[in-house]
Amino acid sequence: MENKVSYETIERRDQRWQTVRHVIVYALLTLWGITVLFPFYWMLLTSVKSYASYNGEHIPAFFTLSPTLQNYTEAFTAVSLGRYFLNTLLFTVGTTALMLIVIVPAAFAFSRLNFRGKNILFALFLSLMMIPNELVVITNFVTVTDLDLRNSFLGLILPSVTSVFYIYLLKENFSQIPDELYYAAKVDGTSDLKYLLKVMLPICRPTVVTVTILKVIECWNSYVWPRLVTDDPAYFLVSNGIQEIRENGFGRENIPAMMAAVVVISVPLIVLFLIFRKKIMEGVARGGTKG
Amino acid sequence: MTAEAETIKMENNNRKAWLYLLPAILFLAVFMVYPLFDVFVYSFEEGYNSASQTFTGIGLYNYSYVLHDPYFLQAVQNTFILVIITVPLSTGLALLISVGLASIPKLRELYQTVYFLPYVTNTLAVGLVFMILFKRTPYTDGLANLLLSLVNLGPIDFIDGPYWAKMFVLCFYTVWVVMPFKILILTSALASVRQDYYDAARIDGTSRFRMFYKITLPMISPMLFYLIITGFIGAFKAYSDAVALFGTNLNAAEMNTIVGYVYDMLYGDSGGFPSYASAAAIILFAIVLTITCINLLVSRKHVHY
Repeated sequence: MENKVSYETIERRDQRWQTVRHVIVYALLTLWGITVLFPFYWMLLTSVKSYASYNGEHIPAFFTLSPTLQNYTEAFTAVSLGRYFLNTLLFTVGTTALMLIVIVPAAFAFSRLNFRGKNILFALFLSLMMIPNELVVITNFVTVTDLDLRNSFLGLILPSVTSVFYIYLLKENFSQIPDELYYAAKVDGTSDLKYLLKVMLPICRPTVVTVTILKVIECWNSYVWPRLVTDDPAYFLVSNGIQEIRENGFGRENIPAMMAAVVVISVPLIVLFLIFRKKIMEGVARGGTKG
Repeated sequence: MTAEAETIKMENNNRKAWLYLLPAILFLAVFMVYPLFDVFVYSFEEGYNSASQTFTGIGLYNYSYVLHDPYFLQAVQNTFILVIITVPLSTGLALLISVGLASIPKLRELYQTVYFLPYVTNTLAVGLVFMILFKRTPYTDGLANLLLSLVNLGPIDFIDGPYWAKMFVLCFYTVWVVMPFKILILTSALASVRQDYYDAARIDGTSRFRMFYKITLPMISPMLFYLIITGFIGAFKAYSDAVALFGTNLNAAEMNTIVGYVYDMLYGDSGGFPSYASAAAIILFAIVLTITCINLLVSRKHVHY
């Protein structure tokens, strides 16, 4: 009987197919993994090559036997990388803190308080989410220039503060807290503000943390607005700093030193990501967009 | 409670609510609502002078100027090429990778973590790495050319060389940057497809390809279309990737994008023309809105909710 194939044979054949398929899938996934990681490897590698050895390689070498930290000292002394770093830190902390101060009460009002026009106002807020930044940046630039806020932290921070999307995210989370808690607090004579700070915020801490981290990433990488409102290197953020370094720093051709600067700029966010990996990925999946 | 007391309480709550909302409303009004109207006003003011803040007339001249500006047409061409290449490519690749990720038994989290890395990096900084990978200098042809020479293809300068080479690098870098978000979204969409459907199909002896086509794809189609729509919007706004690779003078590099044109008009070497910038921004907005509407119409036919 030519049709009789034993169960074991089918099972074995299936198993073999599965193994082959897995090998192919792993190979392809690893290929993309290499594509993602290679630029990081290359920047690390180049940053520890000495200037002479880098320029001596006509065919780029994939490893180095004599790593040096010279480029890192160069990055901090020859250009004002430290200053760009500090500026970005100030900008990020300032913007994120101010954002929290603005959006937490707003989300509280939308989720907990009853007032006339609430639904209309909320709909208006939501419709603002669709406004692309490119449309409003022009007037903001003129406004900030008119207020004489160019090359100042206020000018950098103020237009970057609000985010309707984060108000929405926080409001949704606040609304999940049962009303009974609020009434109980009211009976005890707790004020609204105290209830918000002592009850709501602690319960919704995960969302607040997510929002904060997403905003920090956004601030650390922001380029367009800072470029528009700062032309004094004393107020450059890292993105503008790296552009400045590329165009004028290190006598242009010192690529190892440039890469050292790139490593220094990239490390903080990568560390933040590795610590808060789950939170960041969840937060982005819930509604972050790139850019 | 008497009606009077009720009114007082309501009013109290009213005032308090508006107080809580005041900061958000102030910020949004000054930096979003007012600019939104103002940009239209700017775009119709002809001959606007930013120093004296005067203009000579009202009309459509700014739009006509922008639409006849060779730099703008170049920017539109670049942006459209970038969109047409990168959106399908990155979405398809992300789908392939996510399906691959869903099928492996081990190391899934490691791969996911690695794939997400580009999301948390500074576009400008890592763009510099891509630049040196592709750039030819007097000292070296660069790594990309090393790979090309393995298949006997001659050195090409991808950063200062021919148009298509520069466009290739721009597309490559753009795909690299947008992949993390797409992979993440599709991976979670795939994870939410109920296992029962696959089990039922397997009992019927359905082939893998058919299962993908008849179960997986319809089930994740809402998320897929969400990605395509946001992908289009994002790609139309491309700018910093190009700056990272080719420097701030994108017009000279023939690599400007529409958003780049807006910012160049506003500020920089050729800047000082908020009216032209506004007109260009509104044209961009009109393009994006049209494409998004088309996308939504198409998705209505094909997406299963």
